[in-house]
Amino acid sequence: MSVLPQTVLPQTVADLRRTRRSRRVRAGVVPVVLLVVAAVLALLTLCFGSVQLSLDQVLASLLHLRDHAAVDFIVRDLTGPQVKAAVCVGLALGAAGTIFQQLLRNPLASPDFVGISAGASVAAVAGIAVPTLAGVSLPVLAFGGGLLTAIAMYVLAWRDGITGYRFVLIGIGTAAFCTGVTGYLLTRTSLTEARAALHWLTGSIGQAGDAENNALLITLVVLAPLVPLLQRMLRAVELGDDTARGLGVRIEATRLALIATGVLLTSLATAVAGPIAFVALVAGPVADRLLGSARGGIVAAGAVGAIVCLVADYVAMNLLPVEVPTGVVTGAVGAPYLLWLIATTNRRGMGG
Amino acid sequence: MTASVATATPTPARRRRASGLAVGLLLLIALVPVLAFLSVTLGSRDIALSEVLDAFRHFTSSSSVEDTVTVRLRVPRTVLGLLAGAALGLAGTLLQGLTRNAIADPGIMGVNAGAAFAVVGSITLLGISSLGFHVVAAFAGALAATVLVYAVGSLGRDGATPVKMALAGAAITAGLTAVTTGLLLTDLDAQQQYRFWQVGSLAGRYAPIVIGVAPFLLVGVVLALLCGRWLNALALGDDAARGLGVSLTRTRILSFLVVGLLCGAATAACGPIVFVGLVVPHVARFLCGPDYRWVLPYSMVLGALLLLGADILGRVLGGTGELQVGVVLGIIGAPFFVLLVRYARLADL
Repeated sequence: MSVLPQTVLPQTVADLRRTRRSRRVRAGVVPVVLLVVAAVLALLTLCFGSVQLSLDQVLASLLHLRDHAAVDFIVRDLTGPQVKAAVCVGLALGAAGTIFQQLLRNPLASPDFVGISAGASVAAVAGIAVPTLAGVSLPVLAFGGGLLTAIAMYVLAWRDGITGYRFVLIGIGTAAFCTGVTGYLLTRTSLTEARAALHWLTGSIGQAGDAENNALLITLVVLAPLVPLLQRMLRAVELGDDTARGLGVRIEATRLALIATGVLLTSLATAVAGPIAFVALVAGPVADRLLGSARGGIVAAGAVGAIVCLVADYVAMNLLPVEVPTGVVTGAVGAPYLLWLIATTNRRGMGG
Repeated sequence: MTASVATATPTPARRRRASGLAVGLLLLIALVPVLAFLSVTLGSRDIALSEVLDAFRHFTSSSSVEDTVTVRLRVPRTVLGLLAGAALGLAGTLLQGLTRNAIADPGIMGVNAGAAFAVVGSITLLGISSLGFHVVAAFAGALAATVLVYAVGSLGRDGATPVKMALAGAAITAGLTAVTTGLLLTDLDAQQQYRFWQVGSLAGRYAPIVIGVAPFLLVGVVLALLCGRWLNALALGDDAARGLGVSLTRTRILSFLVVGLLCGAATAACGPIVFVGLVVPHVARFLCGPDYRWVLPYSMVLGALLLLGADILGRVLGGTGELQVGVVLGIIGAPFFVLLVRYARLADL
């Protein structure tokens, strides 16, 4: 320290302050902007669905200002639930994705790849292919499958506590097992069943009923006030086990809470929309790059997820010559943007 | 450090360890002919051992069905199983070493997605349904995707960092899978063909295909085995590797090309087989520690054993229907891997 010229010090302090301030501002502004973008997109989707409506009509119908049977039917019964589902699924997957990626310290460790979606898929495909399960609704099966798989993974990965690395490896093993079973079931089905299964496996936002949509919405509303707490938990886990423990964090409980939150969100979202691919994977890294040094925001990632889902759903429903499941488009919507961000990021330390 | 490890006078402990590892490797290699023998003799059609041997001794074009099955079906299948397994094991090790990521494998790094896209594209857009053309298309698609992943991952100022490569691979997988699924959903016929290609299987791959991809696989395997020293340097981190005089860019480009070659040829012949590339490197590291000069040959042999073993199991368990090797790997292989992770101490990358 003494070697440094005295004049450097105030300069450095000022720099540090400026960086901190800009990080704080960015951490506040970026999520809000993303949420606003998501909201605007949701309204636009309502206006430019299969029937064109004016913004005035949509708002009036949504806020119950005027009654107009036709408009109300479109907004409240047709496109409304679909848009609501897209936003909720996107928020849930985006948030769950970034939680897993940070918790497990692996940008590839989104719930799609560590076995939760795969578990949900096995249960749902079994529901399509196995006659004895024919009566049970697919969302319930998917939710149960995802949850059971997650519990199994947690129990298997537990050995004097959980380490992120072991959890990831158990996760990919479980995912491989589930994918194998799914593949087996698929080759044993008739072509029609396989088609139905493939459709479900691709993921589609409009395929669930009100009950599932509402379950997801309620969960999101309940979890919303807890976001700051979750965010702090993530920060603590990020420090590494020993440091976190030294600071008085109950590391296992924290990790369990984070995993449970991520699993709950993923399973519910999968029950609503099927295993929509890549939303959870893409949302976190995209949000991180927009957040700059304030990376890791759960709300920002959730908002990015919602935007991806809304755009993908709109493209799948309205812009393509044939209607396709949403999951077909999510990869195509999120991936180019992430690639562009990867290619153009030039600040050091922003590689991930 | 890697260079000094090689040239320093080996301590007795190190020499003992090296000979232990060599013996282990030889034992594993000794299992290869055993499995190959089983693979030629076992199958959904019951053929007596004497007939199998007979088929080899005097095989003519007018031979019986049994002889034809043995020589025309089971032998190429066995060769392909060994080669593709070795290739996938090596490719997985290379990818995990390059990205320093435990989940990196051909399935998530864009390779399989590129191959699948090329196959489905050639079915739906060009209307070609010959298996031979699918092989060529898959190979081209896989290579192109690998090059693309590296190209995107290396843009930006700090070059191809492991995280950027991993994300680029995942993103390209996402995009290509989306397009592939989109094409499939609009074409019932393609779906029917693709459904079986995509599970991954060694069945029905006759000699011409095997002979076609074998040179690529062999070249890839040899090149991959030479990468150990580079991967050792990369494992120390970018700065340390640079400090040791290893050119990061050259290492990454060459390794990626080898991966493209290995996965492209393997995927072209067998369809996307995920599990081998993902799991074999972990098992190899568990057996022989972090030195990639050992991990690579171990991965090669373990990959070959795993793939061929799973294929044999699928034939025995499936009865006349046969289980695809991808399914067997998942249902029987994955639980073993999970148990290994649970009860053994696996080293972090």
